[in-house]
Amino acid sequence: MTQSKQLKVIAEPGKQELFVIRELDAPRELVFEAFINPTLLVQWLGPRNMKMKIDYFEGKSGGAYRYVHTDQNGNEYGFRGVIHEVLPPERAIQTFEFEGLLGKGYVSLDAAIFEALPGNRTRVTLHSVFRSVLDRDGKVAAGMERGISEGFSRLDELLAKK
Amino acid sequence: MTVQARRDVFQAIADPTRRAIISLIASQSLNLNAIADNFDVSRPAISQHIKILTECGLIIIKQQGRERYCEAQLEPLAAVADWLAPFSSNWEYRFEQLDNLLTNMKKNKKTNKK
Repeated sequence: MTQSKQLKVIAEPGKQELFVIRELDAPRELVFEAFINPTLLVQWLGPRNMKMKIDYFEGKSGGAYRYVHTDQNGNEYGFRGVIHEVLPPERAIQTFEFEGLLGKGYVSLDAAIFEALPGNRTRVTLHSVFRSVLDRDGKVAAGMERGISEGFSRLDELLAKK
Repeated sequence: MTVQARRDVFQAIADPTRRAIISLIASQSLNLNAIADNFDVSRPAISQHIKILTECGLIIIKQQGRERYCEAQLEPLAAVADWLAPFSSNWEYRFEQLDNLLTNMKKNKKTNKK
């Protein structure tokens, strides 16, 4: 009964798109609800070591959202966008922009696709399209830098123990 | 020290032009002009990229007669073979949180039905 929960990230070189794919052990309606209901979304979308706060989130076609991640040092990272389409339980499409970048317009179009799988399971595909390859690589690299600093803080902890 | 070197490699490959330069010279060494010809970027900008790549050990410059050739050194890249890893790790964490939430949601649904 070991079923795949392996995360798949696809970012082909030189392309403006990015896929994040993951299967979940719950029916599609439930998974969709966790993506579109702000009181549920806030319980899982925050990155490691960050506190997530939703400023506003109207989970409907034509709605808008904004949320803030706060790190342990109190630095705030704001994200916002408009919700283009909510089609339960199949699909939700929104724009996404990180407010902390210099200049504006580094926006991506993000589609979340929900597929029902046998055994009451669900496959989620997050498909982001960026305005340029550089924007996409920048987004992945931002994760990379965070990953590195997390790696460093873990290393610091390790070294402190010695 | 190794951590510092690894960080430099991450920085080097965070830039798409630098990644393109590495893949361009991976199969054959080229001089600066030949590299610059492949990009719509100014020559000084390419020089700067090559300087960074040299500093983090991804390129070595070899003098051949009058020409200076850039040769790719791919070993440092092994450390970052999967450049998506930290980004993936962030999403793995989120989906694990989501797994927990969904488990609770399923439990609640069952108790509500009773």
